[in-house]
This record gives sequence, C-alpha cells and structure tokens, in this order.
Amino acid sequence: MNTPRKVSRRRFLQLTGLTAGGLVLGARVPGPAALAGVLDEATGAALNIFVSVRADGTVEIVAHRSEMGTGIRTGLPQIVADEMEADWQRVKVIQAQANPAYGSQNTDGSRSVRDFYPVMRQMGAAARTLLETAAADTWGVPAAQCRAREHAVHGPGGQTLGFGELAARAAKLPMPDTSTLRMKAEADFRYVGQSLPIVDLDAMLTGKAVYGIDVQLPDMLYASIERSPWLQGKVESLESDAALAVAGVVDVVTLEAADGAPGFNPIEGVAVLAENNWSALRARDALKLRWSASAHSEHSAAQYLDGLAALVESGPGEVRRQRGNVSEALERAEQMVSATYRTPYLAHAPMEPPVATARVGAGSCEIWACTQTPQATRRAVAEALGLDVDAVVVHVTLLGGGFGRKSKPDFAVEAARLSRRAGRPVQVVWSREDDIRHDYFHACSAQYFQGALDAQGQVTAWLAREAAPPIGATFDPSVQMNSEGGLSQTFASVPFAVPNLRIESHPAPAHVRIGWLRSVYNIPYAFGVGSFVDELAHAAGRDPIAFWLDLLGEDRSLDFADEGFNYSNYGRSLQDFPYDTARMAAVIRTLAERVPWKQSLPAGQGWGFSAANSFLSNMAVASKVEVRDGQLRVLEMHGVLDAGRVINPDRVHAQMEGGMIFGLSLALNGEITFEGGEAQQSNFHDYPIARMQQVPPVIKTHIMPSGAPPSGVGEPPTPPVAPSVANAVFAASGQRIRELPLGKHLNV
Amino acid sequence: MKLTVNGTQRELDCEPDMPLLWALRDLLQLRGTKYGCGKGLCGACTVHLDGQARRSCQVTVADASGAAITTIEGLSTDGQHPLQQAWREHNVPQCGYCQPGQIMAASALLAANPGASDDDIRNTMSGNLCRCGTYPRIHAAIKSAQYTHAAVEEAKDDA
Repeated sequence: MNTPRKVSRRRFLQLTGLTAGGLVLGARVPGPAALAGVLDEATGAALNIFVSVRADGTVEIVAHRSEMGTGIRTGLPQIVADEMEADWQRVKVIQAQANPAYGSQNTDGSRSVRDFYPVMRQMGAAARTLLETAAADTWGVPAAQCRAREHAVHGPGGQTLGFGELAARAAKLPMPDTSTLRMKAEADFRYVGQSLPIVDLDAMLTGKAVYGIDVQLPDMLYASIERSPWLQGKVESLESDAALAVAGVVDVVTLEAADGAPGFNPIEGVAVLAENNWSALRARDALKLRWSASAHSEHSAAQYLDGLAALVESGPGEVRRQRGNVSEALERAEQMVSATYRTPYLAHAPMEPPVATARVGAGSCEIWACTQTPQATRRAVAEALGLDVDAVVVHVTLLGGGFGRKSKPDFAVEAARLSRRAGRPVQVVWSREDDIRHDYFHACSAQYFQGALDAQGQVTAWLAREAAPPIGATFDPSVQMNSEGGLSQTFASVPFAVPNLRIESHPAPAHVRIGWLRSVYNIPYAFGVGSFVDELAHAAGRDPIAFWLDLLGEDRSLDFADEGFNYSNYGRSLQDFPYDTARMAAVIRTLAERVPWKQSLPAGQGWGFSAANSFLSNMAVASKVEVRDGQLRVLEMHGVLDAGRVINPDRVHAQMEGGMIFGLSLALNGEITFEGGEAQQSNFHDYPIARMQQVPPVIKTHIMPSGAPPSGVGEPPTPPVAPSVANAVFAASGQRIRELPLGKHLNV
Repeated sequence: MKLTVNGTQRELDCEPDMPLLWALRDLLQLRGTKYGCGKGLCGACTVHLDGQARRSCQVTVADASGAAITTIEGLSTDGQHPLQQAWREHNVPQCGYCQPGQIMAASALLAANPGASDDDIRNTMSGNLCRCGTYPRIHAAIKSAQYTHAAVEEAKDDA
C-alpha cells in the first residue's frame, strides 16, 4: 500500500473494491484499504479513497452517500474539508460509484453523519498529514513544525506551499498511522457547524441537476411496465398485437418473477420497450392482460385491519418486554384507561418515481439510478444477470426524494434484465400509478393500550399490544411478528418510569411488500404511544407536558436488557450512544418554553404535544389547530430537536421543516387501502400529499446546542407530528381520533 | 411538428397528441421539466406558454405549437432570475426535483400579479407538490422576490 502506482483513479476504485470485497463487504465504515494513496498524473493525487488533490489545487472529495434532499453531498465533504484545512471554494464533490471500500453506502436510517462523522474527520486528517509531511520533506524541517491552514502548508520559517504544489509528493508518502493522527480542535472548526449552501443548489434551480430520470444514453429505449396488481400474481394471458402496433414501440417483454420472498426482486410484469416514454405509455394501455390469482389476491386492508384490531383487543400476545406485574396493577387501579389505535398502509411517493437506466454488454453491466443503496443494487443486478459483482458498475444520480423507497433496487434489476434482452440501453420509468400501486408499502398497524392510574393520577401500569406486518416478511414470508429492531422504534422502548409495564406482540402475516418509510415503525408507534399518554394525562386531569415529564421520571440511562428486551439502539452500542432520558426531558422543557402552550385560546382551538426518541435523537413537537364545523386547520407547528453535534444547521432546520411536513402530510391524508389484493389508490388525487394550503403558516424549529456525537436528523422530526396534531384536535374539540389519517374523520 | 422553445424554433418528429412534457424531455433533451404524475396533479412539469403557467403533461404538442414555450432552461440566461436568486437566498431546495416546476409556477404568478398576497401565493402554489416539504421556504422566497422586485420598480420610479 505504500508503493504508489500509476493507475487511473477509476482503476484504483475498482482495485480497492476488489481488495476489500471479501473483508469489508457489509462493513459499516471503510477498512484500512480506504487510506491507500495513489498518484495519477491525469487526474491528480488520491491521498485516500475519499480525497484527491489536483495539481491546480482543486481538492476532490468523494460523497459516498446518496443525495435525496438531506444535503449529505455537502455535509460529509464539509467535514473532510474542515479537517484537512481545504478551502471550500476549491472543493469539488465527486459522487461515488457503488464500492464496499467506502463502507456502507446505504443512505437510510438517518445514519450518514452519525456513522461517518469520525470517518470523514479521519480521512481529512490523514490527507492533511500527508500534505504537511510532504511540505516538511520539501523544506527539510520536522513535520511537527508544518501546519496546514487555508489550503496551504506553512513552515517554521514562513515558507508556504499550496496543496496543489504538494499533492504529487504527498501521494507518494506512506500512509500515516491512523492512531497517531492529530485532529483539529473543535474550536478551530471552520466549516463544521456552518450553514454552507448545498453544492447542487445552482444545478437544481436551473434545471441542470441530473436525477435518475434525466439520464440519457445513445440508442436508449424507454420501458414502461404493467405489473401484477397483487403480490405474486403471474401473467395468465397476454395479447400484445395492439401495443406492438403503436408507433415507436420496439418490443413487448414479459418479465417473469420467481416464487418466494419478494425481496428486492421485480414484480412479475409485462414491459413495453419504445423509442420514447409516450409511445411506451400509450402502448402499455393497449396491452390485454390477465393475471393469475395468488395467496394475496383477496387481501382487503379494511378486513385485515379489523382483524388486527380484534387481535390486540382480544387478549395477551407474545411478551416482548416486562417489568413488575401489570395484571395486578391494573386490578388495583383507581382508574383504568384503554384505547385502540389504527394506522393505515402508506406509500412513499417521492416526487421522482423509481427510474433506472441499464446498459448491458458482454459480461458487464452499467447502471445509472436514483438509488439509496448502490451496493445492494450492484449485488441484485449481478445476481439477476449471473455476473460477478465487480462486472457491474453502479452510478448514483441525484434522487428526486427517496424516503426509503429507493433503498430497494427492484427497478434497477428490471432495467438490467430488459437491457440484456433488448441489446440496447434501457431506461425503466415507473409512472406515478406504478409507484403508488406497487410500492414497498409502509406497514399498517393496530395497537391496544391499557393504563392504570392511582388516586394521585400517577401511572402504575402500562400495557401495550401491537400487531403490524413486519418488514422481515418481505425477505422471509414466514416472518409474522415484528422484530426487536421494529419494536425498538418507540413501542417497546418507551422511556417511562412506570413500575409495571408489559409490551406484547401479535402476528400479522404480510400480504403486500412491506418496506421502510421515513422513520419507519416510529410512525405508527409514536402515534399510539403519544396519543395514549395524552389520554392518560386528560384522565388524570393533568397538563400533558408536565405529565409526560413525570412519566419520564428521574434522569437515567435506559437499558432494557433486564426487562427481557434486546433494544436495537439503531445499530449502535449504548456505550457510544446512551439512551439518556435527560436529553428527552430537556427537549420537552425547551419546547414548552418556546410555545405559548398555556395561552387561553378561542373556542375551537387547541394545542397538542408529543415527543419521540428515534434514530438516537430526541424530538418534541407542539401543534396548534383549529377545528370548526368539521374542518381541521393546523395553525402552527413547533419542533425542538436534539441530534447531538450538528454539521450544517441550515440543512438540519430544513430537515426539521420537511420532516414535520412529511409527518403532517401522512397524519392528515396518508392512506393506502387494498381490495382484492389491489391498491385502491394510484396518483395524487386519491393519495394526496400535503399541499402548501394544508401546511401551517407558522413552522418554527429549534436545534438544541450540543457537543454530543451526531445522531439522526432526517427521520426524527416526523414521528411526534401525528400524535401532536391528534392531541391538539382533542384539546380543540373534545374529539379523540384514534385512527389515521385524520382526514377520515375531519375535513382537512 | 414545430415548437418555439426558449426563443428557438425546433422541429420534431412525433404524433401531434404527444404531451409537451415528453416532447421536451425525450425529443428535445430539455430535462429540467420534470415528470411527476402525468395527470396535472403535481406541477413538476410546469412551463410557460405565452407567459402562462401550464402543466406540460396536459398540453399536447399540437396545442403548444404556435405558442412561445419557456422552460426552466430558458427562464433566465444566467440563472439569475429574481426568483432563482430568492430561492438561493432561502436555500429552498432539498431534493430539488420539484423546484423547476415551483419556480416556473411562481414566476408566472408574479409576472401576472406582482403584488400577490399571502393567500394568492398559497392558492397558486398549492398546485405544485413538494414531498420534501419546502413550502415554507418557497413562500418566503416568493415574498423576498416580491420585495426585491418592488424595490427595483420603486428605484426606477425615483430615477
């Protein structure tokens, strides 16, 4: 690794991919190979896999995560630039191809910064150390006397050499020992903590930004695919003559699907290949298709949810976490409160639907896709085509929204199979109807709660039972019970200091592809938990915020192990990221100070509150609503977030605004139903997402100052919104809505 | 078929009923105009026809021929339209996908109604969906552009 070789940068990436393939595959963070430097006269000196410096001084920093609106293509490189003392104006961000040498590229789970903050600093520090050492060697002075500052290294005698002048020499040096890297003092941060504008801003405002749908290759065909309306249906009969007669149509191809778990495999469908999108769409309408029945072609969401609700109300399920004796405490209760909540299936509906472009050659395949998971895309395409993984190159475009949908590479597999068949590049464009009808749907759920209050209004028992189809069923249909990871999303991890507590699950077999949607099971569970705490507070005659703080109890670090629950902590250890109730309490108190929570309001108006810990962060939301003549208007939303250290405050505020609006959208409007196994919604007229008119004119966000390790940002703002609004509806009108979306019960 | 797009006459070989959206994207390689729904429900494909905001997925090539078509690529030559500047000032985009349509809708609104009220803005811009939830910043950016525009007009009056 210390012997520089003159290879192209692209070859370098391939090499490191190959070298690291066996060792690092699936690793969260990059392995030591990532720190190998390479000199390339054509493209500049790669100081490590994330950083290279050109002779003209341009510093290229690799963004290995996908940009879907969080600003991550800016946030991670700004950490590197800061640590290496690069001038941001001379930084160019390069989007990584799929390559396990970077560590995980799965842009989901709100973990880009929380997992890679230390790695980005290390990469920046390693590059800076090489540049400093190169300067020291040039001047014949000790490296300790050379310091990088503002894109140059300065020596003890006032000498200065720019990064570009040092690049070639630096790339020939042995890698520094990462354990001895000198890291910048936080007080010296130049960019970390600064609201740098996103690097893609100008391109986005002028129509030049390239999303998955904007890729165009010579000789490319467009494909539109009619898929089985229900899970695991097969083509029973197909008449394609009329479709083939449409001008511009090249072929009609059946894409067969294997039996078994849906996984990341395409749904069985019939593709029309044409010279433009319009021809493909028109011809698709002319297909005459019949689909075979399957075990899921009778699925009715209404009946299914009725069944789940009956199940959670009927009796004990499997105990997932237990403390004390809930049954005894319920018997001794001064007052017993119970409630059942229902939440519907949801679709992601990113503004850009799934789109992938494939060019399959002899023994190779190139993919361009708006994917959140380039490495999984690469593996899925390689498997589908029977190629080695390293024969597949995956280029990541900008994503026109992702929200978890684009973590599933089924659409790239479709493009690859069709390109092989056509012998030409093929772009698969999902229509909006395809996107909504054939999503990896967010799970519906039923939740039943019982709470016991004593004479002083203290909660003495908390019983919670849930049934929701698990994501695991998408990969193994025999899985019917939600996982510990799923229940770690608010339901079983409730932080309340209640003496008696029991969390139970019932099975819920999946009849559709279940996937993860922004904040995942926190959506239903934070609605259930946040609504039920409010119901208990009102039953106890207490202020809901004071009641929540009481429930949190004394400040402590939570560990659920002695209560039989293996808390996932979003994949990180409780040592690195303790679950401290003090941080949630601080967020709630800060919110309470920032909103006129106790103001007296006109009749028909009310405030509602909720909070949730998710993705290692804490978020509290207060919403003010008006309910008049059956019409709900949300007037204000206020959010406070503790996400540890924040890299780019403006982007965190933007995620809070957007995450809260996302939560509001699903709370007001979000519902997918199924009858006869078919999704009943198809576009924005029957699956509405929030419009400007539905969004309150006042949305205020506050970030808690913190030096704690960075935690999740993209998802945590969403979960508390639905319960805060439902609780506000109750405060405003006395109407307790226990079923989402609220639009089923009020005009929204 | 002939279209006048961003001041240039373009010829294209297509059926007259092809939606303008696909003609712009697939045949003229103007990919700043985005597909979002194909039904006129989301506004991602908003362009100007003779200065009016139109959903290009709902306009056929035949209907558009003869009109002056402006797309995001032609809104300004240098990306410095007052709304593009205001969008920058407020760091509006998140994923950015809907923003060309938002900017085209907003620019047609302000051209027709420079003093658009908060309600006018909300009503008009409610035709454009943003799944990322950038609405508060879109609203703020339009207000900013209004003030800037008004200040410029006022300065002109003084001169």
